[in-house]
Amino acid sequence: MAHPTAPSLGKDLLALEDLTGEQILSILDTAETFKEISVRPIKKVPALRNRTIVNAFFENSTRTRVSFEFAEKRMGADTVSISTTGSSVQKGETLVDTARNLEAMGVDMVVIRHSSSGSARFLAERIPSNVVNAGDGKHEHPTQGLLDLLTIRDHRGPIDKLKVCIVGDVLHSRVARSNIWGLRRLGAQVAVCGPRTLLPPAIEEMGVTVFRRVEEAIEWADVLNVLRLQLERMTGGFIPSLREYNRVFGVTRARIESAPRNVLVLHPGPMNRGVEIDSDVADGPQSVILQQVTNGVAVRMAVLYLLSGHAPETAEAAKRGGDA
Amino acid sequence: MRPLLIRGGRVIDPTQGLDAVLDLYLRDGAVAELGEGLAYEGAEVVDASGLVVAPGLIDVHVHLREPGGEHKETISSGARAAAAGGFTSIVAMPNTSPPIDSPASVGFVVAEGQRAGAARVYPSGCITVGQMGEQLTEFGELVHAGAVCVTDDGRPVSSAGVMRLALEYAQTFDLPVAVHAEELTLSRGGSMNEGIVATRLGLTGIPNAAEDVMIARDLMLAELTGGRLHVQHVSTRGGVELIREARARGVRVSAEASPHHFTLTDAAVELYRTDAKMNPPLRSEADRDAVRRGVADGTLDVIATDHAPHHYDEKEQAFEDAPNGIVGLETALGLSYTELVATGLIDLATLVERMSCAPARAMSIRGGTLKRGQPADVTLIDPNAEWTVDPRTFLSLSRNTPFRGRALRCRAVRTIVGGRTVWEAAP
Repeated sequence: MAHPTAPSLGKDLLALEDLTGEQILSILDTAETFKEISVRPIKKVPALRNRTIVNAFFENSTRTRVSFEFAEKRMGADTVSISTTGSSVQKGETLVDTARNLEAMGVDMVVIRHSSSGSARFLAERIPSNVVNAGDGKHEHPTQGLLDLLTIRDHRGPIDKLKVCIVGDVLHSRVARSNIWGLRRLGAQVAVCGPRTLLPPAIEEMGVTVFRRVEEAIEWADVLNVLRLQLERMTGGFIPSLREYNRVFGVTRARIESAPRNVLVLHPGPMNRGVEIDSDVADGPQSVILQQVTNGVAVRMAVLYLLSGHAPETAEAAKRGGDA
Repeated sequence: MRPLLIRGGRVIDPTQGLDAVLDLYLRDGAVAELGEGLAYEGAEVVDASGLVVAPGLIDVHVHLREPGGEHKETISSGARAAAAGGFTSIVAMPNTSPPIDSPASVGFVVAEGQRAGAARVYPSGCITVGQMGEQLTEFGELVHAGAVCVTDDGRPVSSAGVMRLALEYAQTFDLPVAVHAEELTLSRGGSMNEGIVATRLGLTGIPNAAEDVMIARDLMLAELTGGRLHVQHVSTRGGVELIREARARGVRVSAEASPHHFTLTDAAVELYRTDAKMNPPLRSEADRDAVRRGVADGTLDVIATDHAPHHYDEKEQAFEDAPNGIVGLETALGLSYTELVATGLIDLATLVERMSCAPARAMSIRGGTLKRGQPADVTLIDPNAEWTVDPRTFLSLSRNTPFRGRALRCRAVRTIVGGRTVWEAAP
């Protein structure tokens, strides 16, 4: 599956905006190869043996952190996870100090999650280790974007034929930005839909269509990526109430059933059931939400594998246990 | 002090409509004579051939960080940096820690400025006690202690009622009220200009309207009260337009353009460059062009740096956490010449008007002219100098500039304050 001429990813994975369509496809193809590892009785290959990886999570995230940890362990890496609670960051250490300490410890790779946009790039510019952005502020969450792409491709085939609409709080969403870049790089038509208060200014200049009404979006789309309404941010008065949001923008069964074709539904989680998505959609036949989680591990394995200097075409050998 | 005879320079003094090769004689701290073929025994003669002889440049918007931020800048280091940039007078902003809101703290700035012995340092005082936007400071006492204007710079006066009172009360002393125009409920959480760059970078933007709304409000209040309004660091096309219209109606308003706002756009923030983080933020190309046109037609009659020094480790943070501002004293003249004069937008006399004469008028401070009997504050400028910005050479204690490595034309070669050379370029 791997693209024989795929260009290398370079030192870091910071943003899908930085990648070409070819690079993205090479990650997806490598992930496709690695999927099988997760269903074996012994879920381990030595592809990243002797590599040390630090998961630096300066912002809470159970699911992304665990997904990275699984990916790292299945590839045989030595890993350490640090989180904000109890870390020196709470004692006032700056990001640059954190970077210097990581560098001094000779870490091979750093997976960083941080509440500030640009923090992954900040770190990457200051340390020689490979840096993977696991979500920086409202900027990007590239591995989430990649796993969404993989899941969409699994179910709908080549991305370039598709119309994908991102519904919900695009303003605060790093997933949305990664999705927009990733989908557009692969040739999809992309739209966003949500109340204007939750759409970033000038979003149209990223090459997306804007729908004001969710009914129009659903009628147009082959795929809906439903974003979480970040309840902790809603104190800013972006919407009048959760109830009204569900009434006006909620992805409900009635709306899905009125669509002219079978719409694929994604959600990066965690979901607010009954707010942005109804349970019978989340658990319904169109939903591929749990498969996104499964694909997340494979995508992260692929990213770590490729960033550590391995070529995409060696993925098959690595999967068979060869010390690639 | 030995008298100074500056011989054969191109003397540009817009207050006298002068642009001619002349000699300038300075004695006892004042301009004594201006003419051709002057000769005075005992005077130190300065050969100014090929140079422009201008009334000393004046920067009405400078942050000196003392008290409270002496690791970024002191009154002394700031005054020396000003002199190295060709400025003979600067107005220090009062948003220090604690803020300059009492006669004693104004007096402190005056005394430290005199001690520095470089550019003249004029204090400004806060509009409101502690810059809290509620209670007016003792304007009369502040003026008595040496303040030349009041401002809550760094913050707006959010209450329109308080702002009205400030503009009314300041008239007792014919005191300009300088404003940082920002409607905080519109700019909240913002760290750069609102637009596609902010959207792509995932940063919250500050819309033009956050500035325009406050400029409109303050112009209306200046019109209502008849007070003297000075709008600081105008960055939006809407702001320029509002000021242009208000001045045409007779509103008493002066306004600043900062070199970074007429040079850069928000594209300078790409890759999260904190050296380009400032407030008001770098705006769009249309805004930058409007600021340029505003300088050209005199709507923005004053060029001011908003010199905002920060220690390197304070800027070396994630973008949203880094403080706002760049240093400007030592790049202002070069940037202004390169961006405005060398491009043909304004002539050299207009540049002198915007950087010397108009600032003196806006703050009612002496200088900004070479008329006989006026202070012997003079800047000698080499308009043909070509140089590259190297922050390591700055006399400011801070290095935070987005102009590192930028090739510029024109720089000051000698700065004379009260007839005394306070800075001279290395030969």
